[in-house]
Amino acid sequence: MSGHSIQSRPDLALIADHVAPGARVLDIGCGDGALLAALRDEKGVDARGMEIDPAKVEQCVSKGLSVIQGDANTDLAFYPDDAFDYAILSQTLQTTLRPDVMLDELLRVGRKAFVSFPNFAHWRVRMALLWRGRMPVTRQLTYTWYDTPNIHHLTIADFRDLLAAKGVRTERCWFIADGREIGVAGANWRAQNAVFQISR
Amino acid sequence: MAGPAIISTSAVLELSEPLPLDGGQRLEGVRIAYEAYGALNAARDNAVFVAHATTGDQHLASPHPITGKPGWWDRMVGPGKPIDTDRFYVLCANVIGGCMGSTGPASLAPDGKPYAMRFPVITIRDMVRAHVALFDALGIATLHAIVGGSMGGMQALSLAANWPHIPRRVLAIASTATMAAQNIAFQEVGRQAIMADPDWQGGDYYGTGKAPDAGLAVARMAAHITYLSEESLTGKFGRRLQDREAKSFGFDADFQVESYLRHQGLSFTTRFDANSYLYITRAMSYFDLEEEQGGKLAEAFARTAARFCVVSFDTDWLYPTEQSRKLVHALNAAGAPVSFVELSAPFGHDSFLLDVPALDRVVTGFLGQ
Repeated sequence: MSGHSIQSRPDLALIADHVAPGARVLDIGCGDGALLAALRDEKGVDARGMEIDPAKVEQCVSKGLSVIQGDANTDLAFYPDDAFDYAILSQTLQTTLRPDVMLDELLRVGRKAFVSFPNFAHWRVRMALLWRGRMPVTRQLTYTWYDTPNIHHLTIADFRDLLAAKGVRTERCWFIADGREIGVAGANWRAQNAVFQISR
Repeated sequence: MAGPAIISTSAVLELSEPLPLDGGQRLEGVRIAYEAYGALNAARDNAVFVAHATTGDQHLASPHPITGKPGWWDRMVGPGKPIDTDRFYVLCANVIGGCMGSTGPASLAPDGKPYAMRFPVITIRDMVRAHVALFDALGIATLHAIVGGSMGGMQALSLAANWPHIPRRVLAIASTATMAAQNIAFQEVGRQAIMADPDWQGGDYYGTGKAPDAGLAVARMAAHITYLSEESLTGKFGRRLQDREAKSFGFDADFQVESYLRHQGLSFTTRFDANSYLYITRAMSYFDLEEEQGGKLAEAFARTAARFCVVSFDTDWLYPTEQSRKLVHALNAAGAPVSFVELSAPFGHDSFLLDVPALDRVVTGFLGQ
């Protein structure tokens, strides 16, 4: 995995496109650091990361990235308010213990945040549940119900409701189906993934 | 293929000015024994200082003059190795209080007799102050990096906190910002073993033909256990007997692990001065960066632009990951660029000295950028 992995992840490519040059960024659950390395190399971003898997942290450090091994559920607390221009949480919100608390933390340490997540209301997911009566296993959601790290599945509509309840502003949002960006119409049916840029 | 490091300097620097100490005294005629590998570049900005651990010395990647064994970090330092002597000017100095050429309790005081227990109690910051005097003498204003494991990590952190403009990278391995009670406790056992040896003679054993070797060996045995892990001891020795078929029903070294520890203890006394052991462990037990900063550890790192990398090992129960994590949280709070990883290795605290390929990759990556 290298810079290529960001090309195969449209949500990361979108986020990379919309981070301001030179910004301070914290990528929470940064994996092997592909997004951070791209942001650093292409946008001169002050790129920091947090990752729970030590093997991935090691890959990040060997790329010269500043990444700490930590658990987003507990370790974000150690960052001061406004430490970053952007906090990024890609494909991770649904794995957190308390997504609502996580949202608060993102917008405490970051002035703005990017959140991407798989949409559980995509039509294939709905069909799987409706016709098969079983928890869906799709190309996007590859886990079975008993081993999935996705303990808080959500839909685009759910996420919008949470933002509204918290008074969080949506600055922009993008929807992705089969690796391509699609329009907002019917997104909660059609999109497999969503990316939100939000602010306090 | 990586070869042996080419040593470029092995020397002793004599300071012309007395060295001020945290205890309030000034140490006259300080000598600092150091080694250097590789070449300082024209910009004088490629120096990497490696700070040694409790019983280490300046023989980083050159054979030890007493034991003849390879340098203590030979596997990490050399051409093409993670601390690459083709690229970096790598420096290592014996700490003050030590016994391999830098001024310590065995050195002669201005009255011509060994200091022994008249040597002032020193701190980690005092050791670092002496290193800084060495950098000054060599015309090195900034370090590409300071790297250290265990007590070496403490020196690295102390440099960043007190001389924030010198290091551009700080790599602290299996270390801590605050010496914990358990560590203080183990070192007190070691010191008491030395001082309980009648040959210690209140520290004035130099020139008497006797030295507290038995006490120093016990200190080393106890400390050595703390450097290992239960897993590594069990794997290496288990309950196997030493050169015998059955237990002796006596107090010989029946078990291999006993024989091993006795050997470790005894061989240590051939290369280390007991009083140095007292002074260096004392300096460690006094180490508390948090206290030094009035209770706010993050303040220690508020003045430096250095990048940090903190590494711990999952089997290190002497400097457990939690202590590294606390340090990392303080660095986060200070907004410092920091990497942190807990590596998996079976060797306990000693993992930083042994064959852990993941550590090599982390060191290479961190120094490379």
